[in-house]
Amino acid sequence: MNNFLKNNWWKLLGVLLILYSITAGFLIDIPKVEGNIGESMRNLFFHVVMWFAMMVMFGTSLVRSLRYLSTFDIKHDVYAIQSVNVGLFFGILGIITGMEWANFTWGTPWTNDPQLNGAAITILAYFAYLVLRRSIDEENKRARIGAVYNIFAFVMLIVFIGILPKLASGSLHPGAGGSPSTVNSLNANMRMVFYPAIAGWIIIGYWLTGIRVKMDFIRQHLDNPE
Amino acid sequence: MLLSEIKYLVLKDIKLEFKQRYAINGILLYVVSTIFVSYLSFAKIIDSATWNSLFWIIMLFAAVNAVSKSFVQESTSRQLYYYTVTSPQAIILSKMIYNFMLMGVLSLLCLVVFTALMGEFVVNYPLFISALLLGSFGFASSLTMISAIASRTNNNFALMAILSFPVVMPLLLILMKVSAAALSAGTVSGNMKFLAALFMLNAIVIAMSYILFPYLWRD
Repeated sequence: MNNFLKNNWWKLLGVLLILYSITAGFLIDIPKVEGNIGESMRNLFFHVVMWFAMMVMFGTSLVRSLRYLSTFDIKHDVYAIQSVNVGLFFGILGIITGMEWANFTWGTPWTNDPQLNGAAITILAYFAYLVLRRSIDEENKRARIGAVYNIFAFVMLIVFIGILPKLASGSLHPGAGGSPSTVNSLNANMRMVFYPAIAGWIIIGYWLTGIRVKMDFIRQHLDNPE
Repeated sequence: MLLSEIKYLVLKDIKLEFKQRYAINGILLYVVSTIFVSYLSFAKIIDSATWNSLFWIIMLFAAVNAVSKSFVQESTSRQLYYYTVTSPQAIILSKMIYNFMLMGVLSLLCLVVFTALMGEFVVNYPLFISALLLGSFGFASSLTMISAIASRTNNNFALMAILSFPVVMPLLLILMKVSAAALSAGTVSGNMKFLAALFMLNAIVIAMSYILFPYLWRD
């Protein structure tokens, strides 16, 4: 039992952080804001957090792909693909929570907004990465070419997300066109929930990745036991 | 050393093109017929926003079509031969230069035919042409890299489209922004910021291809 806790304390921490962020997210006092955003502002603890978790997972995948290309150790490739899978899971959750929120405050689930387009293109790029991998049979070749596309696409996406808001005339999201960014304008109360929520979901993301990586190794072992 | 290798490889591609000639003729015909189809379906375009979007959508598809051939048309054994005599960097850079020339011709032809059929909307030609050339360069470099990736897979053409759209999107959006300015009263100096961004984007793509292509090349 003692050993179990020693190895798995971070998983417990992640679960507790998320349970805390869900409970506190619905209970704490939030500032009153003009407009119809009202209590829906609590979605910040769920929607915005998803994007942070997604970008961390995609960033991890980038690092793994770089390490694959420098070592050619297939382990890194398995981590890269499973990080992308988990990142996409967060991305889809982020889109769903965002559409729900947009439908409530802006009256439509999808608008032509730089943040929305950036998110859509990011998710498209990573789905393309999955399709690319499916179309190559040989394991080492798949790993190498997947890694090259992963690096190429990630850098282009960073550029895209960086320049997109500057091209648009304005954004409905805060943090563009001179208005203060979301995180800076949070009051202390909301930060107490927001940051733990980010940490919690990132931990859960790493946990999910770890489980999927193990599944992958077991599947490979069952396919060709030597 | 690298420069002379690139020179020979570009000349080789051009000679190959003039010998076979179906690739360039095919792609030019593709552009002209696409424009003609949109001419028949739109009849007459009355606002510059539609003109702009249609022009760049046609350019995007023509570029994907034109560049996707760059690595497939040569057999595996010939590629193996290149591997023994040149460096991978020379291969990718020469393909980019060749595709840039192809795209330059293609985009100017596209502009002429499109203007003739759809009406003249461009106000500031220097700005539009510079966007067009930087755009051709950007399309050529990023799509060359993507076609190198796609050529290593089993279903090359379908993948070419899905892999390239997310990557080309930043380029396309800046291009549409600049050309929209060239269709109204925009000036070159007023859009210097965007032209510089296009230039930066090209530099990033070329640098990354230079570093990453060797990993695609070896088998």
